[in-house]
Amino acid sequence: MIELDRAGRSFKVRRNVVHAVRDLSFRVAPGEFVGYLGPNGAGKSTTIKMLCGILTPTTGSVRVAGLDPSRRRTTLARRIGVVFGQRTTLWWDLPLKDSFELIRHLYRVERADFATRLAELTETLDLGEFLRTPVRQLSLGQRMRGDLAAALLHAPDVLVLDEPTIGLDVVSKAGIRDFLQRLNTERGTTVLLTTHDLGDIERLCRRVMLIDHGQLAFDGTLDDLMATAPGQSSIEEVVTRLYTGT
Amino acid sequence: MVRTYALLMWTWTRAAAAYPASFALMTVLGVFVAAMDVGVILIIFANTTTLGGFSRDEVLFLYGTSAVAFTICDTFVSNIDRVSEHIKAGTLDTFLIRPVSAWIQLATDRFVANRLGRVLQAGAVLGYAVVALSLDWGRAWMIPVMVITGIVIFAALWTIAGAAQFVLTDAPEVVNTFTYGSSTLTQYPLSIYARDLVSGVTYVLPLAFVNWQPGLYVLGRDDPFGTPGFMRFLGPAAALVLALVAALAWRQGIRHYRSTGS
Repeated sequence: MIELDRAGRSFKVRRNVVHAVRDLSFRVAPGEFVGYLGPNGAGKSTTIKMLCGILTPTTGSVRVAGLDPSRRRTTLARRIGVVFGQRTTLWWDLPLKDSFELIRHLYRVERADFATRLAELTETLDLGEFLRTPVRQLSLGQRMRGDLAAALLHAPDVLVLDEPTIGLDVVSKAGIRDFLQRLNTERGTTVLLTTHDLGDIERLCRRVMLIDHGQLAFDGTLDDLMATAPGQSSIEEVVTRLYTGT
Repeated sequence: MVRTYALLMWTWTRAAAAYPASFALMTVLGVFVAAMDVGVILIIFANTTTLGGFSRDEVLFLYGTSAVAFTICDTFVSNIDRVSEHIKAGTLDTFLIRPVSAWIQLATDRFVANRLGRVLQAGAVLGYAVVALSLDWGRAWMIPVMVITGIVIFAALWTIAGAAQFVLTDAPEVVNTFTYGSSTLTQYPLSIYARDLVSGVTYVLPLAFVNWQPGLYVLGRDDPFGTPGFMRFLGPAAALVLALVAALAWRQGIRHYRSTGS
């Protein structure tokens, strides 16, 4: 479903070249739920932006759902759902319902499919009470649920989440985690999740990838990850050791 | 594509309705500013009978054709110059994850219907000039061709200016000189400018084809700069070439987008 082959992206910053991601290779099979970890500035967001075609890789190749994201961006957009925790993709001044309606048109979703999915999402994400509220008046937790629904209305095969639980309270977090788990197990949607919240990882991800300095530092199951540091009992400690290289 | 455009336009119009006072103020100011352009021409002709060899009504005709094309672009395309804000803030990301071309989304970004007032104002000036000049109807077919050519040329300029923002992220004002400057330049007969400048806007940046070259044909005038007669008809070809350049530049711009951290 997702394939990176020695993908790299560098940026020119004044006269220096910064390699945000270099020689990154991995595959994610359909139906997997993968946690993508890494310290700030490790290249997580750069990877995600290459997956949705926002950034063109400078080296290597990227394929998502069989397509080259940077060349077939608008085609891929119909098959992928993207959520940025730090930034809404909804229309600020419109009621949530109207944003959804607009998405239905932009993604050319059949009216009947749309109605069924919206009803489902409204129930599972508990959107009912603020469907008619303009997005700018929503709380962060409500907005994030709205953004999640918006990314799923076209029933994508892959869902890419960039820090979806950032800034959320424990109850909202738990709600979003439950929802993502059900989405993956019941619908078989492939999920790639970046987060700094290790609770998200422990609760949701069978597989963990850890990126540091733009390169893959670990790729395996959660148990494998714990086994890299025998004697450590908490995931926080294990990840800290990997980040700091001790 | 047109449906998507119309839909996004309608969406932003509804969003703008959330701030009615701002909408009303901008409408009034827009018409006021546009009226000043015509005021300047009328003031000039209060002191002289010809400008660069052209009468008042001929100048109003040239102004009108350029202004109709420009105000239509200003309403429907110019929002593209917001791309610099979106590049700096990294909000362009959200445009790029949707299955619709970023160009259409940006052209409609925060679309405001109040600019349509200026299109009407420009159309009224053109209408007046056409009637007052009692033009040769055998040549009037060129007028709609001119307007469409002008729309394509201005839209292409805005697109090139937008594409340039991907490289020159700090210079929206510099590229505005090209778009708004082009409009100002074409509001007067080119015969008032220096020969070198006119050659530049004929052979490099084809602004002369917005209204000057075809306008000479409609008015039945020879070019004071002595260009051959067939050039009066090259407008559509020049517009097409510029549109192709714009499309390539835009594509390159998107591929060079760097996004922001996080």
